[in-house]
Amino acid sequence: MNQLNNFTKGFIRENPVFILFLGLCPALGVTTTAINGIGMGFATTFVLIMSNIVISLIKNFIPANVRIPSFIVVIASFVTIVELTMAAFMPSLFDSLGLFIPLIVVNCLVLGRAEAFASKNNLITAVIDGLSMGLGFTLALGLLGGVRELFGDGSILGWKFIQGDGMLIFILSPGAFLALGYLIMLSNKVKK
Amino acid sequence: MEYILIIIAAVFVNNIVLSQFLGICPFIGVSAKVETSVGMTGAVTFVMTIATVVTYLIQHYILNPFDIGYMQTISFILVIASLVQLVEIMLKKVSPPLYQALGIFLPLITTNCAVLGAAMLAVQFEYNLIQSIVFAIANSIGFGIALIIFAGLREHFDLLEVPAAMKGVPISFVAAGLLAMAFMGFAGIA
Repeated sequence: MNQLNNFTKGFIRENPVFILFLGLCPALGVTTTAINGIGMGFATTFVLIMSNIVISLIKNFIPANVRIPSFIVVIASFVTIVELTMAAFMPSLFDSLGLFIPLIVVNCLVLGRAEAFASKNNLITAVIDGLSMGLGFTLALGLLGGVRELFGDGSILGWKFIQGDGMLIFILSPGAFLALGYLIMLSNKVKK
Repeated sequence: MEYILIIIAAVFVNNIVLSQFLGICPFIGVSAKVETSVGMTGAVTFVMTIATVVTYLIQHYILNPFDIGYMQTISFILVIASLVQLVEIMLKKVSPPLYQALGIFLPLITTNCAVLGAAMLAVQFEYNLIQSIVFAIANSIGFGIALIIFAGLREHFDLLEVPAAMKGVPISFVAAGLLAMAFMGFAGIA
């Protein structure tokens, strides 16, 4: 496969959130603001790349029957690294992402790429795939967070330019579902 | 009374799907039919309850005494993964039709964040063993209620004229948003 093609697929053509519908729990749960979404996106990108590297290196040593538990252990190790690093260096982001940091381990996107891609491809291809999917995920979360922040609070990335309260419903839980629903609709429209 | 409060809070006020956003994948994935939703709820209830008990024991008798709290994520997910394998083997023997119906989603309970999420929340809230069990059962009821109501809604979508770009997943999310709005009405009762 063409590597450039491999790199660009995650952004639009196979965007994990809008097209593949993977990793929806953090996509809905943490995107109350754009910066939370982007932070979560980068944490997931790191885990994706590292687990893709390790899994593509050890794929020939893992018996087929126990491959899923082995993948999960690899992913969980990197999630723990992210968790401890973030708690030490970015405590405020860590607090606002809360439970969703350890829950990266059960993000279907990470396990899905490990199973469907990294366990079948060589190192370089797997790294590029992880980077592509991770950045696509970050883009989707940033976009969703941006939309929710804009409508809910009248600001983007904490910079407030519409005075007043905004539609609080977009910050609350129903707004996450509504915003994601309409964004997927837009991406369907653009795809045609 | 204390247990009733835990149940009401977990089922309605902080519904695990609609207000905590855990377990969205099966919520969107298997909710096309009421029947499969009921089966999925059964499987999740079973796994979630046992997982919460086992992870409670791990947390309080292994992680805490040895002061290795950072192993929480790894040890919890391993327990859940092996539990799911067990349920899968059992279901294959006991009820082949249900096994057929749940198909791909059974192994996916492993990556159902609701199970790991409930186990971690029970630790975070510092519940004792009985409270943890009640909490897990209440959460699976909440998961089931959301899933089954939503499946009932989705069965009617076939009869509606939906704009082409909204068909399928987008309209489901909008409906889920409305359902979440309805559940917001429970806020403040517990």
